[in-house]
Amino acid sequence: MSKELIRLSDCFMKFDDDVILDHINLYINDKEFLTLLGPSGCGKTTTLRIIGGFQKPTSGDVFFDGVRINDVPPHKRKVNTVFQKYALFSHMNIFENVAFGLRINKVPVPDPSDPKRTRYVKVPEEEIKRRVDEALALVNLSGYGRRSVNSLSGGQQQRVAIARAIVNRPQVLLLDEPLGALDLKLRKDMQIELKRIQQQVGITFIYVTHDQEEALTMSDTVVVMNEGKIQQIGTPEDIYNEPKNAFVADFIGESNIIDGVMHEDRVVGMYGKKFPCLDGGFAPNEPVDVVIRPEDIDIVPEEQGQLTGTVTEVTFKGMHYDIIVDFRGFKWLIQTTDFSPVGARIGVKIDPDGFHIMKKSAYSGMFGDYSSYSSEYDELNEDRLEAEDGDEE
Amino acid sequence: MKSRRLVWLSAPYVLWMALFVVAPLIVVAAYAFTVELADGSWQVTLQNFAGMAGYAGVFARSFLLAAIATVICILIGYPAAYLLARTPPGFRRIANMLIMLPMWMNFLLRTYSWMFLLERNGFINNILGSLGFFNLVNALNGALNGAFSLALPTDVAYFEFLGSQGAVVLGMVYNFLPFMILPIFSVIEKIDPRVIEAAQDLGANSRQVFRKVIFPLSLPGVLSGVTMVFIPSVSTFVISRLLGGGTNILLGDLIEMQFLGNAYNPHLGSAISLVMMVIVLVCMGIMNRFGEGEGEAVLL
Repeated sequence: MSKELIRLSDCFMKFDDDVILDHINLYINDKEFLTLLGPSGCGKTTTLRIIGGFQKPTSGDVFFDGVRINDVPPHKRKVNTVFQKYALFSHMNIFENVAFGLRINKVPVPDPSDPKRTRYVKVPEEEIKRRVDEALALVNLSGYGRRSVNSLSGGQQQRVAIARAIVNRPQVLLLDEPLGALDLKLRKDMQIELKRIQQQVGITFIYVTHDQEEALTMSDTVVVMNEGKIQQIGTPEDIYNEPKNAFVADFIGESNIIDGVMHEDRVVGMYGKKFPCLDGGFAPNEPVDVVIRPEDIDIVPEEQGQLTGTVTEVTFKGMHYDIIVDFRGFKWLIQTTDFSPVGARIGVKIDPDGFHIMKKSAYSGMFGDYSSYSSEYDELNEDRLEAEDGDEE
Repeated sequence: MKSRRLVWLSAPYVLWMALFVVAPLIVVAAYAFTVELADGSWQVTLQNFAGMAGYAGVFARSFLLAAIATVICILIGYPAAYLLARTPPGFRRIANMLIMLPMWMNFLLRTYSWMFLLERNGFINNILGSLGFFNLVNALNGALNGAFSLALPTDVAYFEFLGSQGAVVLGMVYNFLPFMILPIFSVIEKIDPRVIEAAQDLGANSRQVFRKVIFPLSLPGVLSGVTMVFIPSVSTFVISRLLGGGTNILLGDLIEMQFLGNAYNPHLGSAISLVMMVIVLVCMGIMNRFGEGEGEAVLL
């Protein structure tokens, strides 16, 4: 297994009276692609900036390779950052932007007159040229060195920012919503590109995003954050299939979250009926949150259904229909390839592995009801716009 | 369509420029290339330009003093602007106002007040006198005279500030310094803090951040500051008249004399004006070429 590289130990951060980070504990392994995922203001960018050295936690410690680095300034840390809006140097061409770190940093070499001592010398010009060309090739920008920053598109500027960071061979690359300003198609391409780059150079990536799909696509580990707290840490599969609470279930993908009760192991009750499921380990008759993903629900004729409800809304989504079904006042989202007209009475069937049972939490009852389906979508969009404005924290 | 209609919004400005900038320039050019003969008729000639050779000293002095004033403005203005851009916004507003404050007062009044400060019996000499500074100077001179058999004066009772080139430069710096500080300040203030963080992130310490990022990015501000200090300094006549005591005449004085003074000769005055404008334009052109790629500097 890979070894631990960075550890945040009980990091607490307060700005005026707002708690930004509420006692975060997190470790990050070498060569890992870790994503900090959460809505605006959840503390993910602050966490990244603490690792980069741009902010100091109010209390708690940051360790890098076992050494406490709270007081190490950014220019002395072995991490490099790809900033949200690229932050390229507009007075330099592409080559000089990428070469910036190499020109600044002196490298130790053994002193020829006294082998016991080391001298610090500038990186030789040929090596700078070779490494910059290498970095530009890595981000598919070979031959762009002489261009000015302003002549590049957003996607290309993003690549320059990555090359500029990676050319210094940092042990860790921090990426602060790097794809936030790109359009959807470019974002998808860059996700694949970033994953490729990470595997090619073999270093740790710590990636901040509010886009759950981005997080699932690229990460080895996802850290879901909200309100300054870590909600869940796990692989993308874990996070999606086994969300720890209603917040995670709702934030990662679509979820119907229904009040239920755990009658006994592998039997869950909702709407007064019992359903077979795969979960266990709860107290008898413990109240729980039941998560059912929209794609795990089969629509069947009314008389064959485990539950019956009325279709209230149908939206064509291309690959599938989003169907909102009213089950006694609680609306579910079902994703299906079968069309059902508004007003139809339908039955649903859910396989035992379609249920995911969660303990009750502070977030119970706040998410997972699709009664205000369309307005919820608007909110999501607003959230995205906000994040793109970069006004987080 | 829309933009074509909006073009008319610029009509008042275009008209203003045509009437009060372009037309006078044409008149100046017309005067510069002609002389008035004894019978009152005009003759096209280059004689005015030939006659300017005698004023080479005035040209040199004007450009030299303006250049010195501009350099001093940079040396004072850049650090001030840099510090100002890094202070918290509340204090920044107050400091900004303090810089602007003298500008609210009439230019002539400001320069007059320096006259009173620098006079023989002015404020500065009085202060120096009451601090015993002149006694010290006299004693020192006496000692030096004794030691090296010199003939330094031992009855100094005031300094003759007025009438010196130093006083002229002082007046230029005092009057035009805000025009250096403000453009530099506004450029530095607009530098994205993330760009500075990016430089730190890439290993630059604070000195390197300044040298490699902040300073190059602030050059457009310096260039427009230079333009805004140098041009009025070169052409000023009030400052040299009031503080230069009439002995250190500058181009502005020379031109003024041709139009309003005893040496009435608008043709020569126009020619001098024209040459001065051309030299200034060439200077600015070279400077902007030099600053190219650092962003667009302001020429006018």
